[in-house]
Amino acid sequence: MSLPFVIIAIVTLLAGAAAMSLRNLVHCALSLVVSLAGLAALYLVLDAQFVGFAQILVYVGAVAILIVFAVLLTRSDATPNQTILSPGWGIGIVVSAVVFATLGWAALNSTGLPKEMPPAPETTVKNIGDLLMTQYVLPLEAIGLLLTAALIGAVIIAMRDDAAKTKMEDGRLKMEKPASPSSSGGHV
Amino acid sequence: MTSLQGCLLVSALLFAIGLAGAVTRRNAILALIGIELMLNAANLNFIAFWRYGPTPEALSGMMVVIFSIAIAAAEAAVGLALIIAVYRHYRTVNLDEIKNLKG
Repeated sequence: MSLPFVIIAIVTLLAGAAAMSLRNLVHCALSLVVSLAGLAALYLVLDAQFVGFAQILVYVGAVAILIVFAVLLTRSDATPNQTILSPGWGIGIVVSAVVFATLGWAALNSTGLPKEMPPAPETTVKNIGDLLMTQYVLPLEAIGLLLTAALIGAVIIAMRDDAAKTKMEDGRLKMEKPASPSSSGGHV
Repeated sequence: MTSLQGCLLVSALLFAIGLAGAVTRRNAILALIGIELMLNAANLNFIAFWRYGPTPEALSGMMVVIFSIAIAAAEAAVGLALIIAVYRHYRTVNLDEIKNLKG
């Protein structure tokens, strides 16, 4: 196990723990950025350059900004003065400790794991593009469709439905007072 | 302890941290951040097994991670849109106060 790997892993884990335990939500989002960037560095250590840069582009660039926007739009950027943990938090901690113990035990005790790192494969962008256009072309199309549907759906869910509401109120006003033109003032 | 086991341990710890945060914090955005951390821990496992596996030339683990990153981006967008819609309705993102199915 190399020294860079250990350092990056410690930074990633500490930032992840901070992202889950700090009180202020903006600090949590910034710690999440550090943790995700550390994961990208781990991918670079493991010779997966394309995935590392995609991770930085998508997570550090887009998802983190999205989270910060959501924090600000829901006005939860101030430090909360009440408790930040839900009532049954002890059980949650115990369950996640059990999960970690199980996974760690399995990782340390399995015998079939390869010991040595094989020589680094050739992972140029050309290889990846070739594979995406030949063997993985169907998943690629499905992902494109999924992303389009998800983004349109996200816009529709988050859209203010003021237009429908004012239209309904206009209709009601017209039905109640058909003779008075002043009731639908701004209505053209 | 080989370095593959080191990767698996880091990934397991990251998964446990994300799980603990997702189930114990009261804020809905923090729950979403925890889910993102768990997804990333799974991605680290895929990359580690791809790198140490017998045929890294096939790039299969890398492809899974690329698609998984795209799916996680879609999930984050929809999840945050849902949180904003819930906030507009209830004026809070505290998960303990959002209990009604019919507003």
